[in-house]
Amino acid sequence: MMGSEPQSDHPLARGNAEDEESPHLPSEQMQTLALNDDDDDWDSAAGDVSSSKSYSNYRSAMTALSPSASEHHPLSPPPSVTAASDPLSAPPRSRSLDSPSYADVIVSPFHDRFPESNGSGEISDDAANSSSPRSESSGVEYLKIIVSNPQKEVEPSNSVVTRENTYTSYQITTSTNIADYGGSSFSVRRRFKDVVTLSDRLSESYRGFFIPPRPDKSVVESQVMQKQDFLEQRRVELEKYLKRLAKHPLIKKSDELRVFLTVNGRMPLPTSIDMASRMLDGAARLPKQLLGESSSVIEPQDVSHSAKGGRDILRYLKELKQSVVNDWGNTKAPLEEEDKEFLEKKVKMYDFERHLTSASKQAESLVKAQHDMGETLGELGLAFIKLTKFENEQATMNTQRARAGDMKYVATAAVKASRLYKGLNGQTVKHFDTLLEHMGMLLAAHNAFSDRASALLTVQTLISELSSLHSRAEKLEAASSKVFGGDKSRTRKLEDLKEAIKVTEDAKSCAIKEYERIMEHNRSEIQRLDRERQTDFVEMLKGLVTNQMSYHEKLGNEWAKVVEETRKYAKDST
Amino acid sequence: MITTEQEKSGSGTMGQSPRSPSSLPSFLKVSVTDPAKLGSGVQSYVSYKVITKTNLPEYDGNEKIVIRRYSDFVWLRDRLYEKYMGIFIPPLPEKSTVEKFRLSAEFIETRRQALDVFINRIAAHPELRQSEDLRIFLQASEQTMESARAVDTNIFTKSSDLMQIFKDVQSKVSHVLGKEKPVEESTAEYQNLKNYIFQLEDRLAEAQKHAYNLVKRHRELGQSLSDFGKAVKVLGNCEGDALGKAFSELGETAEIISSRLEKEAHSLLMDFEEPLKDYVRAIQSVKDTITERANAFRRQCELEEAIKFKEIDLQKLRLTRPDKVAEAEREFDELKADAAEATKRFETIVSRINDEMVRFQEQKTADIGLAFHEFAKGQARLANDVARAWSSLLPRVEACSA
Repeated sequence: MMGSEPQSDHPLARGNAEDEESPHLPSEQMQTLALNDDDDDWDSAAGDVSSSKSYSNYRSAMTALSPSASEHHPLSPPPSVTAASDPLSAPPRSRSLDSPSYADVIVSPFHDRFPESNGSGEISDDAANSSSPRSESSGVEYLKIIVSNPQKEVEPSNSVVTRENTYTSYQITTSTNIADYGGSSFSVRRRFKDVVTLSDRLSESYRGFFIPPRPDKSVVESQVMQKQDFLEQRRVELEKYLKRLAKHPLIKKSDELRVFLTVNGRMPLPTSIDMASRMLDGAARLPKQLLGESSSVIEPQDVSHSAKGGRDILRYLKELKQSVVNDWGNTKAPLEEEDKEFLEKKVKMYDFERHLTSASKQAESLVKAQHDMGETLGELGLAFIKLTKFENEQATMNTQRARAGDMKYVATAAVKASRLYKGLNGQTVKHFDTLLEHMGMLLAAHNAFSDRASALLTVQTLISELSSLHSRAEKLEAASSKVFGGDKSRTRKLEDLKEAIKVTEDAKSCAIKEYERIMEHNRSEIQRLDRERQTDFVEMLKGLVTNQMSYHEKLGNEWAKVVEETRKYAKDST
Repeated sequence: MITTEQEKSGSGTMGQSPRSPSSLPSFLKVSVTDPAKLGSGVQSYVSYKVITKTNLPEYDGNEKIVIRRYSDFVWLRDRLYEKYMGIFIPPLPEKSTVEKFRLSAEFIETRRQALDVFINRIAAHPELRQSEDLRIFLQASEQTMESARAVDTNIFTKSSDLMQIFKDVQSKVSHVLGKEKPVEESTAEYQNLKNYIFQLEDRLAEAQKHAYNLVKRHRELGQSLSDFGKAVKVLGNCEGDALGKAFSELGETAEIISSRLEKEAHSLLMDFEEPLKDYVRAIQSVKDTITERANAFRRQCELEEAIKFKEIDLQKLRLTRPDKVAEAEREFDELKADAAEATKRFETIVSRINDEMVRFQEQKTADIGLAFHEFAKGQARLANDVARAWSSLLPRVEACSA
């Protein structure tokens, strides 16, 4: 198996998810109807209603869960915003709901735990979300990144023929206390292509590590590219990606990331040259290699890179052949994956991935169901409010007024319940985020394991190469010993062969070292993943359970009020 | 089940029937129970047990049980509609046209409840409860009922038939009048009533629609929780120790809550959505009565106009054709009698509607108040149960991070 592209059809990275038609209430309707004074103001109700428009399934809800989509948590204290340093403008947040209860304290672990994370220009709950207990438990080293301010830019065309290219650049603001960065705050502009480059460079330098997958490239028309929704979604994805990179203990200190985040002006990392031109280069070399004019051995310095990304087509072909021989040949491979523990672990991980995926799907429908419940409660409340108004206006009898009054209690409770469900759902979505994060990590693990496999393949190829070189050398020696006095051309060939054997031996040692390195990276990453997963999942469970508990407690209280207010109608009271 | 709340009803005398022992208040309590599927195939139907308990002397015995089916109830309603002009006849649940749904347990249950409400409303109404047809319905043998039903379906099935008769009369009269524009009461009182009822219907129907959706949402949430619970349990098996157990219990909890939601969905349907639906139907019944009133008014007006013209004709005939006068005078008298009857009919309807509206509003406030109470109770209980279920999970989850 050759090294694969690090990013594929990953749910985390997926762009436009299916949009479902969710019935929404015109915000004007809600704003013109008056309610009791002790209710939250209608602006936030309207805000809730219109934000439900942007929600379709929970993945896109998550990407939309940014400061500009007001899915705010009604129970959290409004976080402090330092207007000067943050590039994002915060939307007005809703006031906290009434009666605080014990549950309020437990409900927002993210906010309570890291008060300092709100200080340095971060407002989104996402941001607080990412500063999880793992990387910040000692509050020692942090690396905070915000992506904002998409701007259209024009790339000047360098030829008369091609059109000017427009692209979007994003402002990337970093604040950090990591010493290597040589500063505490930076701001650069980058475009999506630069992120792709960063991702490619990282996957080359950090073979065997679980590198978070980057957001998908989207193959869409240029018109869509400039649409607000798309830009916003991409901005959120980019931010999440960079934050994940910043969480990785090694990558956060990497040169690649540092340079990406701090160096102003054009992207300082070498850009990935596309496959085609690599192939072209390689194709140009190939005939020379085959004819012996160019070196046909695999160089030691090359082995630390995967064959696929390089320009050495001959090597690529050799490794391809080796993989076929491995799969279909009769003899055992020259070196095999021996680590049983690893193999078992891999199987377990892939199993887990399947189950995680299906749990994530169910989580998604759960979120949708909660959302719909909130919507319908809201619509019911609204319908009763209209009825209340109507009866009051038309009342000719007191019984009508009494009924109108009763309806108002129910309407009020229904609207409040609707808001509670929306709040609950907002929190639920964030907690389920953990599932998606870990699915992403498992994808990263796939890539890391394929790095390992490709390194192994390189070793195997070199071993096969060596054995064939040795047998050619032997044959040559046997042949030339039969000729007395030696054969000039044969001797020279033999010397070349011996040279090739030496280089290949070196390459083999390097390849083995590389393979062992990658194995070690795999091992430590697996451990890190397991640890992090434990912690994250516990957090998630706690959060889910606490949220459900506290919101339902509140729901119970709201309805209990109505029970009292309508007690006179109860059957047993007659 | 709505019991007859005799003490509470508006106009009309409740309390003692003149012929019952003076020490006991009269009561008439009916229940519709035990739906049973009868017949087979296309002709299958559901029958209900109708149990009457009364001390009214017009009824034979204190308790009677008969078997009735939906079309029997329809018969009763149609008879009452035709005989008691101006009274809001309690509404019946709809016919169901979808074969599969017709025999589903939920449909049968909601229908049963609605029929029970229907018959008890009639029994509680001061005038309707005295109806002969009600007595037949509650007491007659099944065969009698069947033949009664067969006869009447031919003659007086719908009020639209009655209207057809009126329309024929109208058409005879209107060519004399030469008017096309329908005559309508112009009083503010009538117009307000009409507007009120029509607009109320719209708004109520909307509320009922959302109530029905809410029932669906409960079921959907329950379903998704159940699926989620299963998936999470599987996940728990992959993890070890405390975390794995926590996941399993999360799954358990989700499944428990799921069935609780399913139960609540049913209660919501029966105790909240159905009463709202009943309210909508009742409004439609009021609309029918208002239509009756409008027809009666029109007939009265047209007859009055016809009388005026007839009088003029009569004068003419007296001068020109004395031989035709006698017949014309007879016709004139008939016309006057018809007009008097139409006026009386119209006035009865108006007066009844006024009384009925008061009664109606009172009843609806009580009915809907109860529905609201049950709704809120259900939601509060559900929320508390759910909160409790989640909180029982908390210690297990906390144990994981220990």
